[in-house]
Amino acid sequence: MNQFSYVRPASQQAAIDALTKDKSARFIAGGTNLLDLMKNGVVAPEKLVDINRLPLKSITLNNNTLHIGALTLNSEVAAHTLVTTRHPLLSQALLAGASQQLRNMATTGGNMMQRTRCSYFYDITMPCNKRTPGSGCSAIGGINRMHAIFGASDQCIAVHPSDMCIALAALDATVLVAGPKGNRRIPFGEFHRLPGNTPDKDNNLGKGELITGIDIPASPFTQNIYYLKVRDRASYAFALVSVAAALDISNNTIRSARLAMGGVAHKPWRLHEAEKALIGKTPTIENFRIAATVATQSARTYKHNAFKVPMAQNSLVTALSKAAAV
Amino acid sequence: MKKQAVGQSMDRVDGRLKVTGTARYFADHQPEGMLYAALVCSPVSSGRITAIDAAKALRAPGVADVVSHLNAPPVPGYKADNPNPKQGLKIFYDDRIYSNGQPVAIVVANTLERAVHAASLVKVTYAQEVHKTDMDENMGQAFQHKNMKDYLRGEADAWKKAPVHLEAEYNIPIEVHNPMELAGIIAHWETPDQLTVYAKTQGVKSVQQTLKTLFQLPESQITVHSRFVGGAFGMGLRIWPMEVATILAAKKIRKPVKLVITRKDMFTLVGYRPAARQRIGIGATTDGKLTGITHEAVANTSPYEDFTEAIVNMSRMMYACPNVNTRYQLVPLNLSTPVWMRGPGEATGAFALESAIDELAHQLKMDPLQLRILNHADTDPEKHLPYSSKYLKEAYEMGAAKIGWQQRSQTPGQLQENGWLVGYGMSSGVFSAGRGRATASATLKADGTLVIRSAAADIGPGTATAMVQIAADATGIDAKKIEFLLGESAYPEAPRQGGSSTVSTVGSAVNDVCRSLQQKLGEMASAGIPAFKGVKAENIQHEDGQLVAGNTRLDYAALLQLQQLPELTVTTTSQAGDERKHYAMYSFSVHFTKVHVHPATGVVRIKHIVSVADSGTVVNTKTARSQMIGGVVGGIGMALTEEALIDHRYGRYVNNNYADYHVPVNADTPPTDVLFINKKDPVINPMGAKGMGEIALIGFAAAVSNAVFNATGKRVRDLPITPDKLI
Ligand SMILES: Cc1cc2nc3c(=O)[nH]c(=O)nc-3n(C[C@H](O)[C@H](O)[C@H](O)COP(=O)(O)OP(=O)(O)OC[C@H]3O[C@@H](n4cnc5c(N)ncnc54)[C@H](O)[C@@H]3O)c2cc1C
Ligand code: SF4
Repeated sequence: MNQFSYVRPASQQAAIDALTKDKSARFIAGGTNLLDLMKNGVVAPEKLVDINRLPLKSITLNNNTLHIGALTLNSEVAAHTLVTTRHPLLSQALLAGASQQLRNMATTGGNMMQRTRCSYFYDITMPCNKRTPGSGCSAIGGINRMHAIFGASDQCIAVHPSDMCIALAALDATVLVAGPKGNRRIPFGEFHRLPGNTPDKDNNLGKGELITGIDIPASPFTQNIYYLKVRDRASYAFALVSVAAALDISNNTIRSARLAMGGVAHKPWRLHEAEKALIGKTPTIENFRIAATVATQSARTYKHNAFKVPMAQNSLVTALSKAAAV
Repeated sequence: MKKQAVGQSMDRVDGRLKVTGTARYFADHQPEGMLYAALVCSPVSSGRITAIDAAKALRAPGVADVVSHLNAPPVPGYKADNPNPKQGLKIFYDDRIYSNGQPVAIVVANTLERAVHAASLVKVTYAQEVHKTDMDENMGQAFQHKNMKDYLRGEADAWKKAPVHLEAEYNIPIEVHNPMELAGIIAHWETPDQLTVYAKTQGVKSVQQTLKTLFQLPESQITVHSRFVGGAFGMGLRIWPMEVATILAAKKIRKPVKLVITRKDMFTLVGYRPAARQRIGIGATTDGKLTGITHEAVANTSPYEDFTEAIVNMSRMMYACPNVNTRYQLVPLNLSTPVWMRGPGEATGAFALESAIDELAHQLKMDPLQLRILNHADTDPEKHLPYSSKYLKEAYEMGAAKIGWQQRSQTPGQLQENGWLVGYGMSSGVFSAGRGRATASATLKADGTLVIRSAAADIGPGTATAMVQIAADATGIDAKKIEFLLGESAYPEAPRQGGSSTVSTVGSAVNDVCRSLQQKLGEMASAGIPAFKGVKAENIQHEDGQLVAGNTRLDYAALLQLQQLPELTVTTTSQAGDERKHYAMYSFSVHFTKVHVHPATGVVRIKHIVSVADSGTVVNTKTARSQMIGGVVGGIGMALTEEALIDHRYGRYVNNNYADYHVPVNADTPPTDVLFINKKDPVINPMGAKGMGEIALIGFAAAVSNAVFNATGKRVRDLPITPDKLI
């Protein structure tokens, strides 16, 4: 680890200024991901800008929109009544992630910004395009059991590891950002990126931009929801595949549906086509199977992760069945 | 008479120290002037070091030195060249690289952070050579170690002729030692030829002996402290090259140096359960009598050392089968040397044998429990000796009743609960019950307290507690007044804590030294105390810490006071006689599991475990239960989650951290019923206690894979059973 300086600005503007001035500076929130990256030599910021003093820790309801401040802890969000009653899918997803200790440190903004868990990204002795653009992707010809089946490129096949973000993608959240050029709002689906030719970029946040919070619009998805996480051990493991499923059912007909998957792509993988395939249908296993087939049409697999396609299909059907209680 | 202490569920004597953080583990020590070390390890898996540029590291703040093969003090023991080329990794000896992660330099600084940072500044260049780390690609290199001869009883490959038979391959990956406490050492040269180390070890005496050979110092000039160990499971059965590296750095710098390795380096520096490829052929008559077993195993070792263990041995002696042949070979790979890991080779072999038995039972359309009972060995079929004690049939019965074995369906895939497939599985385990040689001293003080010392280890099972119980019964002194001290090389000789033999070996020494103490006290009373005048020492009775002759009673403490002795010490060495010539001695275990398998996602959840131990007298039911549960958790890891992954292009581990290498967590561990036969073995030792540490794990993985088969009809022969294998 390199020597670095540490500042703890009291205002949002000061934090943004501190980051803009210094090319290698990083915000630090809970530190649960950043410190590991620093210890492994994956990143070596010369300055850490601790944002924990900023007033971004809140969960409020404004005009039916739920606002969650960027520094609100994963454990706080998961347990808050506004979340458990209005967006239980988010609560379930958060509780499926990491461990209670980590959730007690991890923040909403930090969770969105966490880097991939691709082993090659963390080990600086092996090539990785995400860490060192142009060095090559070790995962493509290496051990890729955990890697993407959707939207990958020949530059990078890593997946985004978050559980929380899968629910937020399904819930059509909006990311609130403040930066040197002012404030902006990014639809959740446009926040994270696919790797393409720039796998070093995980998302569309600009230099010096700070996530201040997220907004989640009111939705009918309070009852028929389910977050399914398939993993190698019962707790404290990243998803092989995860599914956020939300259904709005009335008169035994699906009025609207939201489906997103984790562990399968470089970004939370929203399944718009599969959602469409469900609308107007009755909630039956048969119809869920059809949607699952639609969902996995564009899958492409590598040496060790072909199992993810049937696992994704089965998980979709399972999560939808749980959500619909059929 | 006092209540017997052996058999009680006594709290750990060091429990309070441990939970209050007062127990001092090796890394908690801080000799005056101590410096901190960090390793520089090779990212290359085979080749030579061509240059080490330490200039930048040496200029970094607080750095004392960078030590490597270029400047390390010589290890005198390395010079005495042994004709055997495979004598282990000689650290900092030459420029050769044998495996990825091999330490090439050690950086010492006045803080840990500075040492770690400076280590990142050392620039090492290598001439890389071709490496081999892929077991399957290198099976052609398999060779037979001279100690591991082929075994044949009856006719070879007789299973092929059996009316019902099968042949299958069972694979286990490398499993890595990952106890919570990291490995390391504090090395302190008190004078240029007086070495003190604080080690994480399963045997202080064994460390002392190794250092004696390496540094050619008399034993009296080497002190090893290791009172508390935060889990070892086999990794502490020997000294590792990075510990020698630290000792060399301390010698060069002339200051105490502490090294605690990283979690990542636990994968490459402290041994592991080797990967194994096993083939079993098994055959039986149509009514289920075994007629032949063939068990062949190949496991990996390192380029510079041959590590062997007892992988195929269980197949020779577990069942009454007339024809058995086994073969065991090694494949050298560019990896560090494996080491025993709990249950060691027997656990590897039991997965294959006990899976094959289950497969055979399925072919026979027979209950696998019945098949095992039908082929129960009433005498040892390998040694042709009677057992000192064996209650395996009772263990089968107890376990089956507790798990509800009758609910199992003989046809797989029949049972469901809440949308999950339900399966029941079982297996048995066996491990040699040993007794070695140990010495203990007993010091009785005039205040009536008793201190017993022996250079034993406690890596977690609660050794000191058990020893106090044994001493309490042997002397009649209240357990609260007895202290058992271990983990110091200055104490009387005891073997390493391994092979489930500590209670048997050290416990016998404790028992015997207590008897010697009583004899000595009797002699003193007979010779010097008027009330006992004329009573021969051997006619004096001992009861509740008192000497008794007729109506005369005298406290041990009072005797010392009358003799004006502040304390009295006796020392006794204890070892087995020739029992082993007449008896086969084994501990047995039986594991039953009930599992759920999700039909859509392939997720396996163990719902209930019953493990039964036939391990003779249970000295402490509480710590024994913990011991069994610990083994079961290790078994869950072996069965479902643990696998060290190597990218063979680089020869490097890719999941070398706690997040990606999945040690089971609480959520993986279901309610576990531990049952004990708890019947004294009349032969093995005075307590009648056989070992328990290994049988807790041996066979367990097969109990899970057999249950998974019962739930799904899918036979997984490659551990671990991750969801992708059941999709
Ligand atoms: C062992 C382990 C297991 C885990 N398992 C899971 C799991 O199963 N599921 C899961 O979802 N997650 C898991 N995690 C990841 C965990 O959720 C993240 O580490 C955590 O959410 C990151 O939040 P943080 O506040 O600690 O971020 P930090 O580590 O402080 O920061 C991470 C990154 O975000 C940036 N950042 C932080 N806040 C802001 C902001 N407001 N604006 C802009 N940039 C910001 C930082 O600069 C940094 O680059 C696991 C982590 C570990 C260590
Ligand atoms: S998948 Fe992406 S993160 Fe992983 S090695 Fe390839 S480029 Fe790096």
